[in-house]
Amino acid sequence: MQSEMNPNTDKPVLEVKSLRKAFGSLEVLNDISFSVKHGEVVAIIGPSGSGKSTLLRLINQLEQVDGGEISVCGQQLCSNNEAGNAVYSDQETMRQIRLNIGLVFQNFNLFPHFSILRNLTEAPSVVLGKRKSDAEKKARQLLDKLGLADKAAAYPWQLSGGQQQRAAIARALALDPEIIFFDEPTSALDPELTGEVLKVIRSLAEENMTMVVVTHEMAFARDLADRIIFMDQGLIIEQGTPDEVFNSSNERTKLFLRRYHE
Amino acid sequence: MNYSVVIPYLLEGTVTALKLFALTLLLAVPLGLLVARLRAIKNPLVNLPVKFYLLLMRGTPLLLQLIFFMYFPPFVLGISIDRFIAALIAFSLNYGAYFAEIFRGGIDSIPQGQSEAAKVLGFSSWQTFSKITLPQVIKRVIPASANECMTLVKDTALAQTIGVFELFRAAQNTTSREVSIIPIFIAGAFYLVMNSVVAAIFNRAEKKLSYYKG
Repeated sequence: MQSEMNPNTDKPVLEVKSLRKAFGSLEVLNDISFSVKHGEVVAIIGPSGSGKSTLLRLINQLEQVDGGEISVCGQQLCSNNEAGNAVYSDQETMRQIRLNIGLVFQNFNLFPHFSILRNLTEAPSVVLGKRKSDAEKKARQLLDKLGLADKAAAYPWQLSGGQQQRAAIARALALDPEIIFFDEPTSALDPELTGEVLKVIRSLAEENMTMVVVTHEMAFARDLADRIIFMDQGLIIEQGTPDEVFNSSNERTKLFLRRYHE
Repeated sequence: MNYSVVIPYLLEGTVTALKLFALTLLLAVPLGLLVARLRAIKNPLVNLPVKFYLLLMRGTPLLLQLIFFMYFPPFVLGISIDRFIAALIAFSLNYGAYFAEIFRGGIDSIPQGQSEAAKVLGFSSWQTFSKITLPQVIKRVIPASANECMTLVKDTALAQTIGVFELFRAAQNTTSREVSIIPIFIAGAFYLVMNSVVAAIFNRAEKKLSYYKG
């Protein structure tokens, strides 16, 4: 727990307590606890199979939590019953929480049959019931901001990977989420395209967007994150400022980071 | 041979064939969609009857199914049934099974990331299906559906076995009356014309949906 936490200004946007998840007999997450404050950028690093993506999928309701608590903006998604198993809140609460969260996937997952503009306007108009003209205005602003103004009428297949990922980020932003999760947003991109996506994430950080980024881009994590969480084999090995983690005395952390420097 | 008599007679049979074709599609496509969705439900109470239906319809001759729906209602249930209705029921249930498997294949071929992206954006499961999954499924099932539709045009000839007067029956009647095999070949040309329209419609749909990839 952070000692300086003030309930008014530092109220966490995301709070995760003692989260557990297993697929069959394989434990993928064990006793995961962390919180993210408003405006904070948290990078989650760790080797493949350490449970980073599963953690994001649990928070985004794409997988079922076995045990533990998740709260977003003070609303509880799930909590433990007396037996220590997770029980979810009612449908409406789950829906509200979902709308407060954005998720950007490794493979973009844009809708191929919609134009880029419609990829951005569909959820606001269908889910939030926004007027078409309002949704379009907002979408065009976002596309403009992310350097995709001329791509509004294009279809996803006509865009480069980097442009597709920026469009996917714009799609998530179109719903005005309180927090955005990025699941290895540059892993499907070559180094040149990686840069343009990282630039967008960086500009969001400058605007104080609350973000959790699962990444293998160590330099980016070190540079941009307020806090780094290092995970391995379903456990949080350590979390702290980039300086603390990159100069860690923990053997496991050191070994992982050394591999990246080689 | 008096063509001014033969052709209208064959056209009369064609109208019945087209009616059977259109009504069967109208019933079999929604049925197929429903069955494809039910087939995906993991509960065996739903899953097993659906699988049994699919096996029965695809595993026995359509001819036998026609005979069953013609004779089961009057002789077992004591209800009289119109020949055309009996044929329509048999065709719809049979083609519904084939369409169900085509749609299931189409639905399964859409990457999971599509429905996950929709879910994260707050779409309900119905909105996800109708706005994200289904439009993409339609594009992918066009070639297989074109096959089914063209087969259906030809299969309507089977309805004559339970006494439905359709194109092939009309051709056979004419053949006996005129003592000539030519009406059969005229009927063949009619089937070919009908199916070239079906093929053209599907080609057009395919072209229309080629604006996107994936």
